[in-house]
Amino acid sequence: MHPALQGLVTIIIGVGGCVGYFVLSNYLLDRFLLPARAFSAEQTAARRKLGTIFLFAIPSVLIAIGFLMTDALFSVQGFLWLVLAGALILGLWRLNDFVFGSGATTAGRNISRANMIRPWLFLLPAMVALGLYLTYPVFETFRLSFTQRIPGGYEFVGVDNYTQMMSEPKFWEAMRNNMLWLFVVPAMSTAMGLIVAQLTDRISWGNIAKMLIFMPMAISFVGASVIWKLMYDARPAEQDQIGVLNAIWVSFGGEPQQWLTLPIWNSFFLMVVLIWIQTGFAMVILSAALRGIPEETVEAAIVDGAGPFTIFFKIKVPQIMPTIVVVWTTITLTVLKVFDIVFAMTNGQWGTQVLANYMYDKLFRANDWGVGSAAAMVIMLLVTPILVMNVRNARREMK
Amino acid sequence: MAGLKLTDVAKSYGDVSVLKDINLDIDAGELIVFVGPSGCGKSTLLRMIAGLERITGGELQIDGQVVNDVPPAQRGIAMVFQSYALYPHMTVYDNMAFALKLAKMSKQEIDDAVRKAADILQLTPYLDRLPKALSGGQRQRVAIGRCIVRDPKVFLFDEPLSNLDAALRVATRLEIAQLKESMPDRTMIYVTHDQVEAMTLASRIVVLANKGISQVGTPLELYEKPRNEFVAQFIGSPAMNLFPGEITATGERTTIRLADDHGDIVSAYPSTAADMGKTVNVGVRPEDMHVSEDGTGYTGTVDVQENLGEVTLLFFVPDAPGKDPVIAKLPGIHRGLKGQTLHMTASPEKVHVFMDGTSLLYR
Repeated sequence: MHPALQGLVTIIIGVGGCVGYFVLSNYLLDRFLLPARAFSAEQTAARRKLGTIFLFAIPSVLIAIGFLMTDALFSVQGFLWLVLAGALILGLWRLNDFVFGSGATTAGRNISRANMIRPWLFLLPAMVALGLYLTYPVFETFRLSFTQRIPGGYEFVGVDNYTQMMSEPKFWEAMRNNMLWLFVVPAMSTAMGLIVAQLTDRISWGNIAKMLIFMPMAISFVGASVIWKLMYDARPAEQDQIGVLNAIWVSFGGEPQQWLTLPIWNSFFLMVVLIWIQTGFAMVILSAALRGIPEETVEAAIVDGAGPFTIFFKIKVPQIMPTIVVVWTTITLTVLKVFDIVFAMTNGQWGTQVLANYMYDKLFRANDWGVGSAAAMVIMLLVTPILVMNVRNARREMK
Repeated sequence: MAGLKLTDVAKSYGDVSVLKDINLDIDAGELIVFVGPSGCGKSTLLRMIAGLERITGGELQIDGQVVNDVPPAQRGIAMVFQSYALYPHMTVYDNMAFALKLAKMSKQEIDDAVRKAADILQLTPYLDRLPKALSGGQRQRVAIGRCIVRDPKVFLFDEPLSNLDAALRVATRLEIAQLKESMPDRTMIYVTHDQVEAMTLASRIVVLANKGISQVGTPLELYEKPRNEFVAQFIGSPAMNLFPGEITATGERTTIRLADDHGDIVSAYPSTAADMGKTVNVGVRPEDMHVSEDGTGYTGTVDVQENLGEVTLLFFVPDAPGKDPVIAKLPGIHRGLKGQTLHMTASPEKVHVFMDGTSLLYR
């Protein structure tokens, strides 16, 4: 089959599956499990009996599969399987009680019960997917960070991976660079986003300007890196410079420079790429926040004698402070995870290494999953507090 | 001591004219109320005085000085906004001190001014709170306090009571009246759509309608001698009744024969012989109507009777659909008037006559 066709089929199956799941599960809930009508005590009892049969049927099928899959139920895996089936029985038993109850039921009770179950129906696929692709890997990475690969398997090595990592100068270089990124990029992106949001608010072509500044958001990090690599490109002195930066530099009489190999400076040249991308994001969010400021407070400040700068810094910025914090922390999260830009432009050479790229190096180049996992855990440790703060802020914003 | 003088002031947005030919003299120490239906431009006029809207025509003087192009802060005005417009991130103290800090006053001066204003407005216990921790009435007082500390020549109020509940509105209205009394030399301009606020607070009322000023006068002048039908119907509740009719006798007093054989009515308004036979509208306030002994005046059947105890409201619903009912407000209790045919009249001094919408008194 043609790859494009394969992609299309995948999309159809995926989207169809989602739609099918939601339609079918809600249909089952509203038609069979809890229809919106009253049942007499006898009917309820009959429905309860049917429910109980299903209740035992589903786990027993699971146990049977367990038997088929594993050699015997009396292994570690088999035990886990039994625990899972047991938990399922318990859960379904409670659900059985909740759904059918005892004695006569009314339509109103059925509707309200169905509406209590419905959110879980919608949440279930997301929860399963998140558990499988996010929660499980976190724990598995944590476990792997304490193991070492040996021929034919692995062994538990305690904190050796961490101590080895700590003794590597490349790791500390990555840490230092990450901190540098952490201070520069969120600050610059937020500040520029705020300035752009304020300046474009009043001019006639403001929307066009906003669109242009927002556009980099639509470009992948790797794409942006390729573009900027061309901007920093260097040619021998006798040739025409195709890199914008070198073209300007040479026109002022300088020698063409390999910008990305200049230590310390090259990290900032990489940061520019991320700032270029994230400014659009900051601008859009902050622009909406600025619009939300009550016009009358600004007018009151004008009457009080405030000039444009005072109004901006003393009236507007404090009022959108919660939004600024959210934008700042969101960009901080992106920065901590930054990988693509460094990978595509310098691959961590010339002193530009960052944690995510270090992890990639260890995991996929050196095939050292232990140290790679340890690096991943360090990144997660750095991200978590900011993530918690961000979620809290966002919640407060919503209130 | 600051009076205001508006000369041919106009406002237009592009081709759309909102206000024109506004001529108004406001003396120092007056409390002027701008009143009018929504959309009449009363808030716009206030904002033009404040300097928040550009004046597109004419001249505005404050204290004898043309201020058309003077920024708001230098006009010597302070404004209370409809939504209070408190700075949500500042404490009550900082809200009040903001303008003074911008004016580069010393810390001591600022502190004295803020504490004095807080004292007057009973806000001292709340100085450290944020606006969101205050009730509506307290926020209102902070907004007023923010004006007081600046000691402006002119206070501007933009519908300051419209966000308060009914009981608080009455209380705050009294507070504003007392505030005015405590500062007799300060000019205040107050915008409202509530005629009760206008009648109770104003030293003079400016009624705005149709892009211009309908009438300027003391509350009782407006009530007793409205210049035109709009003012007549806008001031007073229930609104003044208007009856179409034809002048049948002229002179010191004018006699009008009401249309649809509703009888004759005499007004104390003078008219000239040239007015004979002209079509006019007769205006009588519901509270001025009484049952006539001799069978003259408006004749109608009581369709609805409302007994309120202190007064009795009688509604005469006209046959023609879409016309407002004629309302009479009789003092005291009257039983069993419903369904009766009554002759209603009023003493000639209370009968207003409008020709082409304008009162005969102001021709």
